[in-house]
Amino acid sequence: MTKRVILAAVAILLVIASAYASFYIAPTERTMGVIQRIFYFHVASAWAGFSAFLICFVGNLFYVWKRKQQYDWLGVSGAEVGLAFTTVVLITGPIWAHPVWGIWWTWDARLTSTFVLWLLYVSYLLLRTLVEEPDRRALLSSLFGIFAFIDVPLVFGAIRWWRTQHPQPVIMGGPGSGLDPTMKAVFFFSAFAMHVLMVSLIVERYALEKMQTEADFLAREVEVQ
Amino acid sequence: MSLLSNTAVLLGKELRTEFRSRELLTTTVVFILVVLILFSFAISPTSEESREFGPGLLWLAILFAASLMLQPCFLREQSNDTLSSLRLAVSDPFSIFLAKLAANTLFLLVTEVLMLPLFAVFYNIPILPELHYLLLVLFLGSLGISIAGTALSAISAQARMRELLLPLLLLPLLTPVLVVSATVSVALLDRQPIVQWKGIAFLGVFDLVFLTALWLFSEYLLEE
Repeated sequence: MTKRVILAAVAILLVIASAYASFYIAPTERTMGVIQRIFYFHVASAWAGFSAFLICFVGNLFYVWKRKQQYDWLGVSGAEVGLAFTTVVLITGPIWAHPVWGIWWTWDARLTSTFVLWLLYVSYLLLRTLVEEPDRRALLSSLFGIFAFIDVPLVFGAIRWWRTQHPQPVIMGGPGSGLDPTMKAVFFFSAFAMHVLMVSLIVERYALEKMQTEADFLAREVEVQ
Repeated sequence: MSLLSNTAVLLGKELRTEFRSRELLTTTVVFILVVLILFSFAISPTSEESREFGPGLLWLAILFAASLMLQPCFLREQSNDTLSSLRLAVSDPFSIFLAKLAANTLFLLVTEVLMLPLFAVFYNIPILPELHYLLLVLFLGSLGISIAGTALSAISAQARMRELLLPLLLLPLLTPVLVVSATVSVALLDRQPIVQWKGIAFLGVFDLVFLTALWLFSEYLLEE
């Protein structure tokens, strides 16, 4: 319990520090101006979200293999936290795109794949609500989670090679491409902060799922008696 | 090869079940027909536009039809609990999937071949010049839809609200198939047709990836 509180406190402090760094330490970008600062938040959230989905995938694989409910808890925690971060990405993206590209949305590979990814994990959580029995729910959603994760590179490839008409946008060429050293440092610090936040949220969600399972178990015992 | 002989027997069973009633085929054909007509009402394309949008609409119609057609694939086995008998009868549950996905691919292809002439007429697109390539794309695309769809229908059959759930699980998963097969078909039906081998190869890769995943996990998908 205390460990969780400390982790959460560290995560919050790191996020505050990264917000400070991205507003006051990182230099203003020459062509885009102040709006570029959203990147420290946007790209860092995207990375943290993908890591969370990776954690979900690992949980799914291990559940199918080992059949321990702990892995199912890890799976659902990863999916929910990943979905939260991806939602942040999908909201901050258009906020940046509108002043810079002049449009809210474009069918660019990265945007669209993130959106499809988001849809896949919404379906994953939806599937979980529609299966009553815990073991069955864990197995079925794990299998779907595995299929969904395998699909992600295919979605990205398909959209990148057949749907992106324009060359890669200015900044999206990768955060490492020709970035000012201070910007780079601030960016990696933000990515680190977001990852700590992501881990802390997953730990919290995992504990919640564990409690929920125990409560369900107790409720059933009372019913039987 | 017990896998192949089992699959062949099971495929025979799937085909017999369907061709006794022909329920699935008739409803799917009518469904695609209705969707294609509704699309042309909704956008009333000129002949240039329909070259550009037509193939995409065709694939969208196929995708919707497939997500309905794949529903009964495992539900059918539930009413008399025949799935447990099937599981007992074969050593490798992958053969059950293989038979079902072969049957589904075949049903989809039959529907598409019946629909193609009507599509050509309604949308005023000559399909004959590149027909063999178009059939190849239709085959690879339908195979991909059937592989992913058969796997997911085994999942959705065990949940509540299964009729709604299958399209919700399946359609986002099939985004790559839709994107690639629609683009390849547009290029094939253009005034100067181009065969995009890269796209055709991509569809093959999609099929292979999901077939491998299905092979690895088929045992767990049918667990009691």
